[in-house]
Amino acid sequence: MTLEAVLVVAAALFAVGLYGALSQQVVVMVMMGLELMINGVLLAAAGFWWFLAPDPSGQVLLLVVLAAMTVEMAMGFAVATLLHRRRQTDMTDMSQELSQ
Amino acid sequence: MLIGIVFWVLAVVAVAAGVAVFVADSMARATYALAVSFIAVGVQILLLQQSYLGLITILMMVMEMAVMAVYMVMFMGMNPALMPMDMTHGKKTAIGASVGAFVLLAGGALLIPWPQRRGEPPDELTHALGLEIMGEKMLVMAVIGPVMVATIVAGVVLAAGRTRYDRFGDDLHRRPGDDPQSGGVGR
Repeated sequence: MTLEAVLVVAAALFAVGLYGALSQQVVVMVMMGLELMINGVLLAAAGFWWFLAPDPSGQVLLLVVLAAMTVEMAMGFAVATLLHRRRQTDMTDMSQELSQ
Repeated sequence: MLIGIVFWVLAVVAVAAGVAVFVADSMARATYALAVSFIAVGVQILLLQQSYLGLITILMMVMEMAVMAVYMVMFMGMNPALMPMDMTHGKKTAIGASVGAFVLLAGGALLIPWPQRRGEPPDELTHALGLEIMGEKMLVMAVIGPVMVATIVAGVVLAAGRTRYDRFGDDLHRRPGDDPQSGGVGR
């Protein structure tokens, strides 16, 4: 297990998540793509911390990434609920004009 | 050696499950695949000696997948969530961007001469993290706290059934507010 190996796996997770975030139409599936991307960032941050500078302060960065993941999840679910209530849809293509 | 083998097995599971999220023919299966991917990454973080953060990742993501399952039942009904579907757009562009991002990131990871490790991890990592959060990095947690509160408030406001326009009219001039549900403040 090396830093390069961890980063390549993290890059693969990020790339798969990017594909999902760009290609999916359902809001919840787009959220899943974003979650995978943050998952890759989390793994890369953990690898950087362990292999480059295993100082306790570096772990705080991982906590921030986890917090960002939580915020993304909560806001995504709230927007999905709002979309469903207002438009009776969960598709991104049917909610392009936010002003309507 | 053994840790290296376990790491690569988990890596294959994490990436394969991540791909399965967007290949699976139902949202229910996609949710389970994402949960597997997160658990594999959580165990990898445990292998990197970060027991506290690894466990948080696993627990948080398992709960999140449970919430996602509830959403699928709420918005799609259980049957559509289990039925085959293909709801995508711009696949070629997405694949191109995804492959490009991977080549860029993986190429950088392999070609950059990373510096040598500086310092050694403390014996009690979780204890050290706790001291750090309550000490020098208190500002970070002091910022995350209000952000979480703001997220809760914003989430409730977005998801609430009624809005201020329902109560105060389209121009927000209606006084007093027409509240369909009595029992609010002052009523």
